[in-house]
Amino acid sequence: MKSKMIVLRFDMDTSVKPVIYRLVKDYDLVVNIAQANVNPQKRGKMVLEVSGEKCEEGLDYLRGLGVTVQSLDREIRRDEDKCFMCGACTGVCPTGALYLRHPSMEVAFDENNCIICGLCVKLCPVKAMEVRL
Amino acid sequence: MEKTYEEINEKIKSGKAVVVTAEELIGLSEEKGLSRAAAEVDVVTTGTFAPMCSSGAFLSFGHTSPRIRMQKVWLNGVSAYAGIAAVDAYIGATEVPDDDPLNKNYPGGFPYGGGHVIQDLVAGRPIKLKALSYGTDCYPRKDIETEISLDEINEAILFNPRNAYQNYNCAVNLSDRTVYTYMGMLRPHMENANFSTSGQLSPLFKDPHLKAIGVGTKIFLGGGVGYVAWNGTQHSPSMLNIDGKEVCGSGGTLALIGDLKQMSPKWLAGLSILGYGASLAVGVGVPIPILNEESAYYAALKDEDLYAPVVNYGTDYPAREGKALCYVSYADLKSGKISVDDREVRTAPLSSIPKAREIAATLKAWILESGFLLTKPVKSLASPEDQIKLNFLNENKEKGV
Repeated sequence: MKSKMIVLRFDMDTSVKPVIYRLVKDYDLVVNIAQANVNPQKRGKMVLEVSGEKCEEGLDYLRGLGVTVQSLDREIRRDEDKCFMCGACTGVCPTGALYLRHPSMEVAFDENNCIICGLCVKLCPVKAMEVRL
Repeated sequence: MEKTYEEINEKIKSGKAVVVTAEELIGLSEEKGLSRAAAEVDVVTTGTFAPMCSSGAFLSFGHTSPRIRMQKVWLNGVSAYAGIAAVDAYIGATEVPDDDPLNKNYPGGFPYGGGHVIQDLVAGRPIKLKALSYGTDCYPRKDIETEISLDEINEAILFNPRNAYQNYNCAVNLSDRTVYTYMGMLRPHMENANFSTSGQLSPLFKDPHLKAIGVGTKIFLGGGVGYVAWNGTQHSPSMLNIDGKEVCGSGGTLALIGDLKQMSPKWLAGLSILGYGASLAVGVGVPIPILNEESAYYAALKDEDLYAPVVNYGTDYPAREGKALCYVSYADLKSGKISVDDREVRTAPLSSIPKAREIAATLKAWILESGFLLTKPVKSLASPEDQIKLNFLNENKEKGV
């Protein structure tokens, strides 16, 4: 079954609830947490790979609680005009979402593998990578 | 078989010159053999587009009324050196604004610096100019704040004291913490390796004995026409013998000059290098005449034949210990992994190979279609045979004073 990467955003009320447990238990979803954090204001963000027949129902459950659900591909963008294909990002990208095509040595970006760790955003010398949060 | 610059230029003028990029020459040489390739080809074009920190521009703004002898100058908040006459200043690529937090918030982001000012200027964007002075009888004015643009100022001359390194270190980090260097972010325990030349497309790699490139050589610079002004600072070319292989050292450099007004922001890009500072990516392309088989031999060297020293930027480099841990080929570097001490290390370039290729192709088109002629150097640059050794800067106590 095709899985999808999503970004969840929790407010103070929802970040303390065991919602991922409910996704697994009540909606029979397979989840893989790629990234999760809660800031001192108790607002949380989670990058989640999720699959299952009742995927949409599960996500609707989250929305009903007030969790913001976004598809990951809307989260990160490369400014093609700014990127001059140096390749610096390809050495540190943890998932290989940014990689070099051979033999052209062009920098390619596979959004499906991106876990928005943000390393490329900090590292890119021409600020071509933007994470929209 | 020997050709002269004059013969090659005559062929360019009559549309009969054979001009190929360095990569095309490699293919041609493999297909037809070096001798035939050398006989057929007149010019080989090279290219590189990479961070080149030792870059900057002389600007002459025009006189105010009353006149000012600008003593301190800022462009978009970035200080330019004004210790030259009246309304002249030099904006260096690595200069950052006075209020930049630098590495206090480590690693610093350096969002805007001299390189960005140069790119903004070339893009035609307005630049805020602020200047201060102490006032003299001939230059009474003490301050000015205004806006300038590239069109409005009298001169803008890109002058880069050290560009186009012949070869360069492949940087790794053997320490146990991440370091942020001009060679990028290097993870501890040699988790990654960064390199920064275009290898088989790189100008000085293709003329290691500096027989073709010299003072006055006309080149592609920042998208416009430029010239080799002199050797670059720290110019100290060498040829090493590593395990029986002839390896071009890292020391050859060029000082480059050209009119900024005919350059392009596409080929002069301001850079923010995390934890290091601001810089400028400069596009450089040098045409190399194939005068004989020897020049063809070097111009046809391919990534498999070219080697970079692997240097530890975790401890050795900052301590001025430049020793090479080993040498790795550019073919391996470009493949994405190298082997150091029997360990596989992931590599990444900091120098854009696609852009280097585009520069070599552009320069080829200029020669074939726009009558870009080759210039014979008016003065040769020091070659490896001159065995230049760089001096070190020592503190007085080290000198025994």
